[in-house]
Amino acid sequence: MHWLSNITVVLLVLGSVWVARSAARSRFWRESAIELWRRRRLAILVVGVFVLIALLDAISWIGGGEGVAAYQPRTIVDRIFQPDTFREASYSAPLAKVAFYGGQPLDHPGAHLLGTDILGRDVVYRALKGVRVALLIGVFTSLIVIPLALLFGVTAGYFGRRLDDGVFFVMTLLASVPSLLLLIALITVLGKGTLQVCFALGVTSWVGFCRLARGETLKLREADYVSAARALGVSDFRIMMRHILPNLAHLVIITFALTFTGLVLTETILSYLGIGIDGSWGQMIDQARNELSRTPVIWWNITAAAVLLFVLVLAVNTIADAMRDIADPRTRRETQ
Amino acid sequence: MSAPLLEIDRLAVSFRAERGRVHVVDRVQLALAAGETLALVGESGCGKSITALAIMRLVPRPGLIEAESRICFAGRDLLSLPVAEMRNVRGGKIGMIFQEPMTSLNPVTRVGAQVEEAIRLHAKVPAGEARRRTVELFQTVGIPDSGIRVDAYPHQLSGGLKQRVMIAMAMAMQPRLLICDEPTTALDATIRAQILELIRNMATTTGAAVLLITHDFGVVNAVADRVAVMYAGQIVEEGAREELLSRPRHPYTQGLLRSIPRPEARGNRLEEIKGVVPRPGQWPQACRFHPRCPHAFDRCRSETPARTVVSPTQAAWCHLVDEEARA
Amino acid sequence: MVVYLVRRLAYGVLTVFGVMLLLFVLFFGVTNPDDIARKAVGERAMPEVYVQWKKNHGYDRPMFLNTEHGVFDGRRYSDTLLFEHFRRLLSFDFGRSDNGDEPIARRLREGAGPSLSLTLPLFVLGLVLGIGIALLAAFFRETYIDRAVLLVCVVTMSVAGLLFIIGGQFLVGLLLKWFPVSGFDPNATVIARFLALPVLIGLVMGFGPDVRLYRTVFLEEMNRDYVRTARAKGAGDARVMLAHVLRNALIPILTNVVMAIPFLFTGALLLESFFGIPGLGSLTVDALNGNDFAMLRTMVYLGALAFIAGQILTDVSYALADPRVRLS
Repeated sequence: MHWLSNITVVLLVLGSVWVARSAARSRFWRESAIELWRRRRLAILVVGVFVLIALLDAISWIGGGEGVAAYQPRTIVDRIFQPDTFREASYSAPLAKVAFYGGQPLDHPGAHLLGTDILGRDVVYRALKGVRVALLIGVFTSLIVIPLALLFGVTAGYFGRRLDDGVFFVMTLLASVPSLLLLIALITVLGKGTLQVCFALGVTSWVGFCRLARGETLKLREADYVSAARALGVSDFRIMMRHILPNLAHLVIITFALTFTGLVLTETILSYLGIGIDGSWGQMIDQARNELSRTPVIWWNITAAAVLLFVLVLAVNTIADAMRDIADPRTRRETQ
Repeated sequence: MSAPLLEIDRLAVSFRAERGRVHVVDRVQLALAAGETLALVGESGCGKSITALAIMRLVPRPGLIEAESRICFAGRDLLSLPVAEMRNVRGGKIGMIFQEPMTSLNPVTRVGAQVEEAIRLHAKVPAGEARRRTVELFQTVGIPDSGIRVDAYPHQLSGGLKQRVMIAMAMAMQPRLLICDEPTTALDATIRAQILELIRNMATTTGAAVLLITHDFGVVNAVADRVAVMYAGQIVEEGAREELLSRPRHPYTQGLLRSIPRPEARGNRLEEIKGVVPRPGQWPQACRFHPRCPHAFDRCRSETPARTVVSPTQAAWCHLVDEEARA
Repeated sequence: MVVYLVRRLAYGVLTVFGVMLLLFVLFFGVTNPDDIARKAVGERAMPEVYVQWKKNHGYDRPMFLNTEHGVFDGRRYSDTLLFEHFRRLLSFDFGRSDNGDEPIARRLREGAGPSLSLTLPLFVLGLVLGIGIALLAAFFRETYIDRAVLLVCVVTMSVAGLLFIIGGQFLVGLLLKWFPVSGFDPNATVIARFLALPVLIGLVMGFGPDVRLYRTVFLEEMNRDYVRTARAKGAGDARVMLAHVLRNALIPILTNVVMAIPFLFTGALLLESFFGIPGLGSLTVDALNGNDFAMLRTMVYLGALAFIAGQILTDVSYALADPRVRLS
């Protein structure tokens, strides 16, 4: 099982490098990227750090360690934190020397930067593990959704008629069920689990992408250069690949960024409803919600998850805003 | 000559850009007598529309009218008027017509109500009275079935009718000055003459002065008493219509006039002015026309030309004209 | 216009049927009555209990076509899950819940009041505040006021809704002790005390996306030529903004608003369940936790129904508000 995920990660990284390299050949993308970097340096660096953590937490292998750990695949983050031994009996405050309740001395006094949770697990470790889950939700879902949405949206918009009617009806259908209810229904019938949740999230966010792709294709189909290409006898497939898809790319990227934050935020709601993904920040927040009403307040659990979640979402949101400004000069004039 | 109705002096308008401020109108000097029709001519991007908007103090953000500018209207400095009084001037003392009748009317309000609004903003009249006057105005500007058309929405009227509504709105309070910003550019050629005729009639009957902004010398020839030519944010030549059209002194005006097709020059190639209009912020030093001017000499590259009076009714901002006048 | 209305309505009905079919596929195809029954009675229940439970809840019918009762008895043919599913949804006869065995209709009636008492104030206040603040931001565009509003929007949009609820409860309820932390009392005098906190938090949650959208719409309208015309005839700022810009901007805003109406019933799911308000949202969450498939099915159906009705209403009101559409 862990080999499968390792291969996926490697393929993803190679794929990203390939996409970045081919994008760098176009002047438009190069200039947009430079402009984006100029405007949102901090946010990009933040997202970079998150991606790095997720990568460190994605490749796993068996070996090393003692006891049970020796037979389990463990990631680099696991190997750094050694969660099997680096733990306490129950709650301990950040950098505390004694347990939160009872006051027994800790096994690792002063070593838990953000304390430990009810089961004595290190909070920094758990929060960092959440990075991978958050990126998994976003990337995995998008990997399912974007190709399908582009396929249906572009062909529907390009060919029109029956195909368009069909795709449009399916879109209307899925859009007419309030998304949270649809999510709940889907996860209830499919069962809980990472794959199921990602699939359900994919279904609900598919409509947005597909509508976008269809609408833009409808517009582009009427563009002069597309008519010209058609008049010259260029095949439909080639027109879609060469003239329509590249012009959708920037919209897809912007929508991807906005959908990503939406997905991560939605997962917290699902976690509250008990149908979230294991190890997510949403679950950490949900599990910690009663800790705030205790005296003295146990704040570090919820704070760690909340801050990381907020920073990631804010960074991606601001990057998406900047991308929209760069792509659409009309709004650019407005903000300058 | 008595004090002019409108006197513009050192008008400068600038926009904020990436590096500092970029001027689009630079030290423009203009005067307009009561009842007179002045055509402001120039290629697109030369700052003529912004000049018109500056008179109304409607320069869109982030544009800014520079502090040294003076716009005197009927003895009052418009630029230092309190906002409330400026509102009385807009629509009350100065009416304005825009280029795009298609988009210049509020799409969700009946056209009659839009004209009524113009009346009731300036005169305390009951609704019925405003409506009666609107119907009357519609008749005056030649809208057929005016009693029915007042209840139409803009999208139900043709472009020509919409422009007539705009004229009715601008003339509702019998302003002393009517500013027309390319009033016929967006219209069909057949309707242009009618609209120009209407503008001229309305101005004559009410005694209003007209500031007509256009790039079309046909329009100039049809209605203007005097002409001012603008290039790169500045006035380069002004004069009475016939004199300026028959004896243009500035090389730019000469070039503009030569590039118009004329019946007597049939078969010859149309001449054109070499080069392109420089964009705001990239205006040349000294005389701004010198890189495109066929007669440019050293002085044009080093010294900004001043106003040279060539006749009681004509003046140009050109070193060549200046040297000729001295000789 | 009439033709348009009829067509729109027909498409709406078609969509409703689509939703019913989708629900059938999900609840009888992807998961099936056997699973549902097993979850309800427990894995280790006696086979008789299991069969009895299926019979009680009408899950023992065949799937598509009933051929067991003889070819000549036409009525029996339709005694199947598929037909029963459609019949119930169409006639609003939702039957009994899978657990607790209560009539679903009664629970819906009981839940509607508390739901509305939370979402109606939330909806009205949110709309007024959203439009007001967006109008202000658009009018003072590119000043510190505008920038501050945008910053608040981006920041609130980046915080998880769950955190707002937990944090709000913690700050306002526990620390400041202004309002009760949770609970509900339909009594008119005290209801406000229970609703204040969820409404406040709901407002903050909805603030960002709404204000940003409205502001964009306003800015777009403010750049239009007719606004310049209005200024040129001497209209003041307030008149330009309220009589011209707002009137035109209301058309796109309307779309957003009417689309939000179905959420009056379902949208406050999180708020209701967290603050212990016994509304439809709480019902849904309880159904989810209790594996009450009949209840969930009903809620999804009703939610979709409200949404489709909302969409039709949007299109109609859009057509009515815009003379360009109304008179064409």
